[in-house]
Amino acid sequence: MTKKVIVLGEAREGVLRNVSFEAIAAAKKISGGGEVVAILLGDSVQALGNEMIHYGADRVVTVEHPHLKTYTSDGYSQAFMAVVENEKPDAVVFGHTALGKDLSPKVASKLQSGLISDVTDIEGEGDGAVFIRPIFSGKAFEKVKIKEGIVFVTVRPNNIEPLAHDDSRSGDVSSVSVDITNLRTIIKEVVRKSTEGVDLSEAKVIVAGGRGVKSEDGFEPLKELADLLGGAVGASRGACDADYCDYSLQIGQTGKVVTPDLYIAAGISGAIQHLAGMSNSKIIVAINKDPEANIFKVADYGIVGDLFEVIPMLTEEFKKMKSN
Amino acid sequence: MNIYVLVKRTFDTEERIVVSGGKIQEDGAEFIINPYDEYAIEEAIQVRDAHGGEVTVLTMGGEEAEKQLRTALAMGADKAVLINVEDDIDELDQFTSAQILADYLKDKNPDLILAGNVAIDGGSGQVGPRVADLLDINYVTTITKLEINGTQVSIVRDVEGDSEVIETSLPLLVTAQQGLNEPRYPSLPGIMKAKKKPLDEVELDDLDIDEDDVVAKTETIDIYLPPKKEAGRVLEGDISAQVTELVQLLRTEAKVI
Ligand SMILES: Cc1cc2nc3c(=O)[nH]c(=O)nc-3n(C[C@H](O)[C@H](O)[C@H](O)COP(=O)(O)OP(=O)(O)OC[C@H]3O[C@@H](n4cnc5c(N)ncnc54)[C@H](O)[C@@H]3O)c2cc1C
Ligand SMILES: Cc1cc2nc3c(=O)[nH]c(=O)nc-3n(C[C@H](O)[C@H](O)[C@H](O)COP(=O)(O)OP(=O)(O)OC[C@H]3O[C@@H](n4cnc5c(N)ncnc54)[C@H](O)[C@@H]3O)c2cc1C
Repeated sequence: MTKKVIVLGEAREGVLRNVSFEAIAAAKKISGGGEVVAILLGDSVQALGNEMIHYGADRVVTVEHPHLKTYTSDGYSQAFMAVVENEKPDAVVFGHTALGKDLSPKVASKLQSGLISDVTDIEGEGDGAVFIRPIFSGKAFEKVKIKEGIVFVTVRPNNIEPLAHDDSRSGDVSSVSVDITNLRTIIKEVVRKSTEGVDLSEAKVIVAGGRGVKSEDGFEPLKELADLLGGAVGASRGACDADYCDYSLQIGQTGKVVTPDLYIAAGISGAIQHLAGMSNSKIIVAINKDPEANIFKVADYGIVGDLFEVIPMLTEEFKKMKSN
Repeated sequence: MNIYVLVKRTFDTEERIVVSGGKIQEDGAEFIINPYDEYAIEEAIQVRDAHGGEVTVLTMGGEEAEKQLRTALAMGADKAVLINVEDDIDELDQFTSAQILADYLKDKNPDLILAGNVAIDGGSGQVGPRVADLLDINYVTTITKLEINGTQVSIVRDVEGDSEVIETSLPLLVTAQQGLNEPRYPSLPGIMKAKKKPLDEVELDDLDIDEDDVVAKTETIDIYLPPKKEAGRVLEGDISAQVTELVQLLRTEAKVI
């Protein structure tokens, strides 16, 4: 049986996050040929509708309201549930982002449904879809399916390949108005610390530094390499706690979970909580002066050496490669 | 203040994980209080010390979880409750776990419930918000700062590295993020005292819950270890030769550049 699947798109600073397109690709599989309807919530999101269609959604429903400008679980769940009541979907897909993690359990509770969180892969299609997710801090994986009721999953960013962008696709973008009342949470202020440029959770290349980087200045060579490769700089908890960089760069169980094509770990020992955030990366390079460091156990390639010597040499070598 | 902390006994994921027959082998494994729940317990104790009241730690699980509850009592919680489902249920998911916890809590009138933001083994981060929704109280996840003034609550919340400054009110459920506090270790006198503190055990029969409410909606059909990576290649030779080789490998073998 084909399924009608709803996808919640997510925008940041007026731009749709890639995970929204990945969620559409997941929804297509789950639908088994059924309809994929994207939902956008915000104070001004109508203009983003077509982009969701270009990435494979069949139709878009938006809810615009001043109370949806910043995310609150009350505001977003009211808007989302109103659309769900109209649409009566068989399945729902969110991104496993801060917003998705906060909102999905509440919506699942209201739908009295199961919820499979942090999905990294989907096997099969339609009714036969089976979902794969990491467990035990990424040391193992489980295959899960929904036994009964609505199929509800959140997908980990950067794991499911989005469909090719096709700007010849067209579809209906309609809007629904919803009364949003009784917000129990008031957001006084959002202190943005995330750096400009590439979003860590969506970066294809990450150069990450740990306590071995030794100072704020020590991050400069890492930044230079990341810039050259069109990537982003990340960090371990150790580096953040030592004030070498901001917590917004933290990768791991507490920080961001990333899956780049290339992860270069410099001066990071490889604690399990760090690995939980990056061990799914396609290729891992470790640079550490301690040959016994745990990071070498997950690395594809390792260099035992001083990062202050190795990183600048790597940058030079990549420059040479690029100029050829 | 009537404070509850949701505590999960978890597998210590720093230990080696053995899988056989599609299941995690628990024999001989180390079990701990979920680390994020330790932040929740610590915060609960600090709130109680500042505002008065009582901290109850609540776990759903089997008999073995008494050990983690005793540890929480030794840290300074006042009471512990174990919802022992061992004999009644073999399959549980986040839907049913939340149903059971919320059913226990529904007539306890908690002012504040603290949970961990995620369990390091199951890793879904669902149980806190689900319980709050079932109790029809507000929740704030991944908090790094909590200040209570009467029924007003100010919170700093971590959102992928950005911080939100939030105002809300009790009753409330919050989930703890690393950075909220430094959990204390149980002291020796704490451990002695904990032996005499109440640890109640209830079973599903003691709750007012229908069998339908505890039928899992999801099913794990397999658990497996990631395909073993070929042992990573630690390069050799002088550093500049290693760097040249690495760039070559990334380009031609790994094809990521
Ligand atoms: C509940 C909980 C959650 C956590 N969450 C996270 C998380 O999300 N992310 C995270 O990262 N951590 C997390 N941690 C912390 C984690 O356990 C480690 O403490 C942390 O990852 C260590 O950071 P590090 O590797 O930078 O530092 P260290 O372990 O001190 O390692 C530094 C490394 O640098 C190497 N080094 C030193 N100088 C040089 C040099 N010049 N050149 C090359 N190498 C050098 C050393 O050999 C060493 O291996 C968490 C801990 C707990 C308890
Ligand atoms: C007897 C038993 C049988 C089970 N059978 C199965 C099974 O057949 N298949 C399967 O996949 N899983 C099974 N589980 C695991 C169970 O489904 C999950 O552990 C549970 O749903 C919590 O999900 P999570 O680990 O993702 O926690 P999260 O949602 O990530 O936990 C977040 C927070 O919620 C609170 N919390 C979570 N669980 C509990 C708890 N038990 N008690 C108190 N507070 C809690 C803690 O504060 C925790 O930090 C079983 C567990 C038990 C105890």
